[in-house]
Amino acid sequence: MSRENTLVTAQWVEDNLDTDGIVLIEVDEDTTAYDKGHIRGAIKLDWTTDLQDQVRRDFVNKEQFEALLSERGVSNDDTVVLYGGNNNWFAAYAYWYFKLYGHSDVKLLDGGRKKWELDSRELTDALPSRATTSYTATEQDASIRAFRDEVVAAIGTQNLVDVRSPDEYAGRLLAPAHLPQEQAQRAGHIPTSVNVPWSKNANDDGTFKSDDELAALYDEVGFDTEKDTIALCRIGERSSLTWFVLTELLGRKNVKNYDGSWTEYGSLVGVPVALGDEPGKADA
Amino acid sequence: MCGATEGGLSLDGVNVAKEAVIQGQVLRGSEPVGNAYVRLLDRTGEFTAEVPTSATGHFRFFAGDGEWTLRTLAPKSEPVDTAVTATTGSVAEVQVLVSA
Repeated sequence: MSRENTLVTAQWVEDNLDTDGIVLIEVDEDTTAYDKGHIRGAIKLDWTTDLQDQVRRDFVNKEQFEALLSERGVSNDDTVVLYGGNNNWFAAYAYWYFKLYGHSDVKLLDGGRKKWELDSRELTDALPSRATTSYTATEQDASIRAFRDEVVAAIGTQNLVDVRSPDEYAGRLLAPAHLPQEQAQRAGHIPTSVNVPWSKNANDDGTFKSDDELAALYDEVGFDTEKDTIALCRIGERSSLTWFVLTELLGRKNVKNYDGSWTEYGSLVGVPVALGDEPGKADA
Repeated sequence: MCGATEGGLSLDGVNVAKEAVIQGQVLRGSEPVGNAYVRLLDRTGEFTAEVPTSATGHFRFFAGDGEWTLRTLAPKSEPVDTAVTATTGSVAEVQVLVSA
């Protein structure tokens, strides 16, 4: 993988608004953003309702994902171009999610909704209509999703990268600063995990930094390229963006996203937790 | 700077006593800017969060005690940095003016 086949520019999207076989999908943290205006022809996926099981804390299953994309008019051979706000935070999550269920051709609009808006490109509130399809998903790709037991086992042995903001990592904040801070779980981070805030992957306008700049970010914190890697954040969305950078842009192998992330780990009984700005020791 | 000013965001439903709120409005002249992005940078300049402004140009963060910087990006304007101090139990109201 490389940025040539996983990223498209805003201009490319504008030039391909009417191209058959390309489906634009907006996935935003602010699920009302689409309703206020979106790129012409784009459909919406709501991460809170469309992509989450409504009873258990888990993703929708294979059959539900197939029904969702069939109903929204997405075909298996479509090129899916995802975009969203906040440096593509939730669009990158959807990218990872589409890969989890085996969609072959997925791309991110580099810079996402912010870049589109800062370029003063057109948004519309007109809703597109797409004919239904018969979408077929694969079983979840277990090679890109980490669960809590492998995360605990990875302490001191694998690259653990915590991509939350420095204050969340250190335990000074419990959530991103645009969300209320009252949470049930303990503050801090997994011992031996290094902190590379997800936002460091992006320029101010939301586009990704160059491959050299990105590689330097992970070299600086001592990533061992011989080891497997698990990325985490608070609920698994920001770490999807880091997974995208490591896997799709930098071509690193054996990178998993831990979607349980801090809201799960920080609530576990009996696991070690480190406070402060340093990674901490495995036997903490 | 403390206390919700007239026309500021409603604090209904926010437990102000437990939060260090930073909120405000982005204006171009006297006009609210509804398509701006406000980033919250920590004391080292590291990105902590980002929100798009509402249709009325408003934004809000739940920060921690200390010094923060708001970096505001708006179409056709240069980024604007604004220093702000947050304190648990109070609301820091900030008005950001972007260039025309």
